[in-house]
Amino acid sequence: MRLLRGMTRSPMAVAMVAMLALAGCATKKPVPNTPAELGLNNAAPGSSQDFTVNVGDRIFFDTDSSVIRADAQATLAKQAQWLGQYSNYTITIEGHADERGTREYNIALGARRAAATRDFLASRGVPANRINTISYGKERPVAACDDISCWTQNRRAVTVLAGAGS
Amino acid sequence: MKKFLRSIFALLVLAGGMGLFVTMPARALVEIDINKGNIEPLPIAITDFLSGSEIGARISGVVEADLRRSGLFAPIDHAAFIEKISNPDIAPRFEDWKVINAQALVTGRVSREADGRLKAEFRLWDTFAGQQLSGEQFFTNEDNWRRVAHIIADAIYQRLTGEKGYFDTRIVFIDESGPRDKRIKRLAIMDQDGANVRFLSGGEDLVLTPRFSPSRQEITYMSFAGNRPRVYLLQLETGQRESVGNFPGMTFAPRFSPDGQKVIMSLGRDDGNSNIYTMDLRSRNTTRLTATGAIDTSPSYSPDGGRIVFTSDRGGRAQIYVMGADGSGQTRISFGDGSYSTPVWSPRGDLIAFTKQSGGQFSIGVMKPDGSGERVLTTGFHNEGPTWAPNGRVVMFFRQAAGAGGPALYSVDLTGRNEQLIVTPNFASDPAWSPLLE
Repeated sequence: MRLLRGMTRSPMAVAMVAMLALAGCATKKPVPNTPAELGLNNAAPGSSQDFTVNVGDRIFFDTDSSVIRADAQATLAKQAQWLGQYSNYTITIEGHADERGTREYNIALGARRAAATRDFLASRGVPANRINTISYGKERPVAACDDISCWTQNRRAVTVLAGAGS
Repeated sequence: MKKFLRSIFALLVLAGGMGLFVTMPARALVEIDINKGNIEPLPIAITDFLSGSEIGARISGVVEADLRRSGLFAPIDHAAFIEKISNPDIAPRFEDWKVINAQALVTGRVSREADGRLKAEFRLWDTFAGQQLSGEQFFTNEDNWRRVAHIIADAIYQRLTGEKGYFDTRIVFIDESGPRDKRIKRLAIMDQDGANVRFLSGGEDLVLTPRFSPSRQEITYMSFAGNRPRVYLLQLETGQRESVGNFPGMTFAPRFSPDGQKVIMSLGRDDGNSNIYTMDLRSRNTTRLTATGAIDTSPSYSPDGGRIVFTSDRGGRAQIYVMGADGSGQTRISFGDGSYSTPVWSPRGDLIAFTKQSGGQFSIGVMKPDGSGERVLTTGFHNEGPTWAPNGRVVMFFRQAAGAGGPALYSVDLTGRNEQLIVTPNFASDPAWSPLLE
């Protein structure tokens, strides 16, 4: 019953997030809808697409914070499990900030977010020597607009799979 | 670039070599007191400099634009002029200038020497006292005509305000183009009025926060070249680049010490926090100045080199701190609402400019080095990153209006009343003002 409630709730949450994004953003990208568009059918297990789509390559932060939120912990736990399964990958964690800060401080803030993400993954068994970090501060927004709908998406740490060191 | 610099040094300045025309002594000379809070701009007539071509009027036009943009002068419309200057070597008809309330008058001439160089002369007159205040002549290559104009504007500014000018200076900044989520950033340099833009990097690498050396033709900046964010030095004469120091992690937020011998910057720690270091450019020795488990960044020296102002969030939010040059006595000085960052010490030593975030707005403000006397100069959706004119009277910063798509450069004087856009070819950010070129 509980599971069912959770299941029925989630599409609504997805829809709301999509609406928020549409309402706020100057640059609108078509929202993927079908399983094919989402890549659900053709993501080979262990591929970077599998990681991005089925695990989730990014977590989000509160304003001026590098605390790993509960939702982010869930994502990182899945990342750690996946990286444990596909142990040939090294990763680079990119720390980012939104544009509501000054440039140098935000570079430092992005570094702190990347380090917090690395430490969480390490605590879940990902060897530290497989993890690099870099901060881009506020220099690489994914969402470009001047309101909160974009800023929440830009305060992020993205786990980028590097060379599948075969 | 090399040729350009040589010609700067070839510029000869012969000051005070022109005869004085004193017709009436004893009246208080015209002057501007810039320390007054509310400055009424001084009405000044700047006549077209005589020459056989348009070069004369071009030079006097740049002089006029500099003085107008300072906010301290109100150049009078040329259509109101009564006397047409035909010989700048003789005294003008002061009555003709007094009647249009020109408190000061500038006349001049530009001619060509036998060797092809330009000779530019000007005289500054106090019309109500009926006397010449200054007269100078300059020889230069024609390429440098704008510099001569800025030097003349500085001479007029200094004679009438008692303070050094800031027109013969440059700005190094970041040129921004392309969409916001794929922004291309290039190092660029231009004159302080936006003329003569030249690019110093090609946009392959993300570059940020360029700053001038106080003593050499050199800048320090941050680059993400090779996905290794590091502080670099760039020699403007040779184009030679090198990364600063051999630090294990990311370095950022660089500035020179006032003697040009050190670079001060932040180094990212393995725990994700940042500390402040200096590197001596000769010995290459590095010294750590802060050791907190917090973000310590954006260091800036006092002009005497004795103290450093910086940003830290050791108290929970970004605030401004001051410490000795050896890292001693770290003391918080900002206590207003919101957070404070990007502190920059004025070249005069009397003020610190900063960015303040409060109530969803970004302001540029100034405070004394002990944190007292905080004043906001401009506020809005996003204003960031002040840099001081070398005389400490004007700050430049970048502003992005909501929905504007990209930032632009502005200057504002210490009253906050005289705000000026600096027109650049593309979006622009991270300005840093050079010292006077001399």
